[in-house]
Amino acid sequence: DTSLAEVNSFSPSVPVSPSSMINQYKFEDGPELKDLFITVDDPESHITAIETFITYRVVTKTSRGEFDSSEYEVRRRYQDFLWLKNKLEEAHPTLIIPPLPEKFIMKGMVERFSDEFIETRRKALHKFLNRIADHPTLTFNEDFKIFLTAQAWELSSHKKQGPNLLSRMGQTVRAVASSVRGAVKNRPGMFTEMNDYMETFSQKINLLDKIAHRIYKEERGYFNEMKEYGPIHTLWSASEEDIADSLKGIASCIDRCCKATERRMAGLSENLLPILHEYILYSEILMGVLKRRDQIQGELDSKVDALANKKTDLLSEEIGKLEDKVERANNALKADWDRWKQNMQCDMRSTFTNVAENNLHYYEECLATWESFLASQTVDLHVEEDSEERP
Amino acid sequence: MEDCLAKKMEITVSEAEKRTGRNAMNIQETYTAYLIETRAVESQSEGQCAPVDSLWRRYSEFELLRNYLSVTYPHIVVPPLPEKRADFVWHKLSADNMDPDFVERRRIGLENFLLRVASHPVLCQDKIFYSFLTQEGGWKEMVNETGFQLKADSRLKALNATFRVKNPDKRFTELKHYSDELQSVISHLLRVRARVADRLYGVYKVHGNYGRVFSEWSAIEKEMGDGLQSAGHHMDVYAASIDDILEEEEHYADQLKEYLFYAEALRAVCRKHELMQYDLEMAAQDLTSKKQQCEELATGTVRTFSLKGMTSKLFGQETPEQREAKIKVLEEQIQEGEEQLKSKNLEGRDFVKSAWADIERFKEQKNHDLKEALISYAVMQISMCKKGIQVWTNAKECFSKM
Repeated sequence: DTSLAEVNSFSPSVPVSPSSMINQYKFEDGPELKDLFITVDDPESHITAIETFITYRVVTKTSRGEFDSSEYEVRRRYQDFLWLKNKLEEAHPTLIIPPLPEKFIMKGMVERFSDEFIETRRKALHKFLNRIADHPTLTFNEDFKIFLTAQAWELSSHKKQGPNLLSRMGQTVRAVASSVRGAVKNRPGMFTEMNDYMETFSQKINLLDKIAHRIYKEERGYFNEMKEYGPIHTLWSASEEDIADSLKGIASCIDRCCKATERRMAGLSENLLPILHEYILYSEILMGVLKRRDQIQGELDSKVDALANKKTDLLSEEIGKLEDKVERANNALKADWDRWKQNMQCDMRSTFTNVAENNLHYYEECLATWESFLASQTVDLHVEEDSEERP
Repeated sequence: MEDCLAKKMEITVSEAEKRTGRNAMNIQETYTAYLIETRAVESQSEGQCAPVDSLWRRYSEFELLRNYLSVTYPHIVVPPLPEKRADFVWHKLSADNMDPDFVERRRIGLENFLLRVASHPVLCQDKIFYSFLTQEGGWKEMVNETGFQLKADSRLKALNATFRVKNPDKRFTELKHYSDELQSVISHLLRVRARVADRLYGVYKVHGNYGRVFSEWSAIEKEMGDGLQSAGHHMDVYAASIDDILEEEEHYADQLKEYLFYAEALRAVCRKHELMQYDLEMAAQDLTSKKQQCEELATGTVRTFSLKGMTSKLFGQETPEQREAKIKVLEEQIQEGEEQLKSKNLEGRDFVKSAWADIERFKEQKNHDLKEALISYAVMQISMCKKGIQVWTNAKECFSKM
């Protein structure tokens, strides 16, 4: 966390601190300063006696000195991504770890291991790794490097090291017990603001997700009806003479609009829906981060209370360490929060702009279709009028 | 067309009013009355305007008028009335006959009906029609006095009855087939259109929810707030725009419905022809058999089996006087029959001729009207697309400023 030691401004609205400026600079300049490129692709299914699972190919290209090679190719399964996320959370309890796609989505729309499900997951995993790579701190995490570079057996043996699950859980339970009482009382105002913000944000983003899904459903229904609507006109044209061409024209217009609707729907499902889902996950992650910060502070507070009652020197050393820990945690969260907010704003801006563009394309395409039909009809009318006038 | 009433008289159905009254069975009921206004179109000098006459009629009186016209002019494709009950509704539309939107659309439909009749070269000259427009009291009695109900052939009402006609005019057979197809395809189209409208309504209205949520979200954002708030406003505009769009489309649906009902009128003319042809063939058959009977009695030969023949064989033949009497009766009947057959033939030919003339007129009208309707549908779609482009262009601008 040494890069964040220079943070000195706590004002939420003006990102003055050098490191946050570096973050901004890095983010906006993109590929030029980027020295780590990761892709996730090529899902493959593996069938063993016990289970069936999917692995994804993770390709890394880098110019960094810490990496022995400039290119790596490994295969990872979902469990491995989950392990990475947990390790990052452990190492950086108050940093905002990017969202991982859920284990299994029970929405009933998609079957486990269907092509659609695998593709959605692949894209999300790709984003997950890239967000870590773009993060000023997480990108240098050792477990991250191992994840990207280790062969399957190396990764397995590395995973087995370190504190096991049970001991970690024990710490958490104790921390929760002591922190709940004190944390809210001594919480700096900024974090209460963050908490309030996240509660409202979470509510709104969930609503937007529901709305977007509903729109998708209605558009799908509209598409299905339009598919039936067009051909009726063609059927009708078979019993007509004079108006047969007009009817066929309408049928073809409806078919074109139908296809345009399909594209509009694809735009939603490829862009808006995944982003909204990610930010739902983000809001859960952020609430978790805020809790963990509260817990760390809670540890400090409970020791401070104990000192007030016992007055021994042993504790004051501990307290010094805890105070540092709290300060570091707060600073890390503050800087990451600013960064997160900027990214969120950027993501929302580009996603919703994309939604608007999608809809524009849809209407522009339909407009062109109907206008061309209209032009053909009025030409016919003129031709009819002319032929009537001739003696 | 010089004589057509529509050119001489302005006709409108200008108002609709809810009324309560007692019906024929002395039960209290609520119904809607429609105000028919007429005004003579004269070559108007400056400042002079003919006075407006008006009277109220209810739907059942329109029905009575139409029944009268259908029976009195069976060779004419009589314009249809707007639907009695709301059909092909999608969820937002009410199926209630008292619903103001339904009443309004029916008012327009009734006006359209009167204008169609008034511009028909034959129907516009009918006196009962003229009285319908101008004579408030005693009109019902006048119609009933024409005794048209007696002329109505109940067989025409039995829609499923088929007559085994040996030599129908092929054009009528084809036309009947066409009217069946037209009815089937327009019904199907209207049903699916209603479902399309329903879904389109859903898409637009759900976007309205964005407006509310964006507004609430903007309250916690500092930089994004303005963009969200104004984008939300455009989403509200988008959601609201569908109401007008679909209302206009209902008028298009009504235009198609008119021809759905016209198909019925077309079929009625075909069936009338079928019936006349059937009666003609029956009469000819009857005549032939009578002639045969006469011949057999005269020559004493029995060519065909008859119960009479058998009984006379068993119980003895009739006396020459009896036979003479029978022959005389038959000869009279044969003469009558031949005259009837002649007039039926003539009737039939006249019917075919005048019916076909009106059918040609109808075909031209139908092609013209439907083509116009289809064009107006395209115009509506274009307007909807343009509105969509405007809203989303505005929304895009707001989003890009977030």
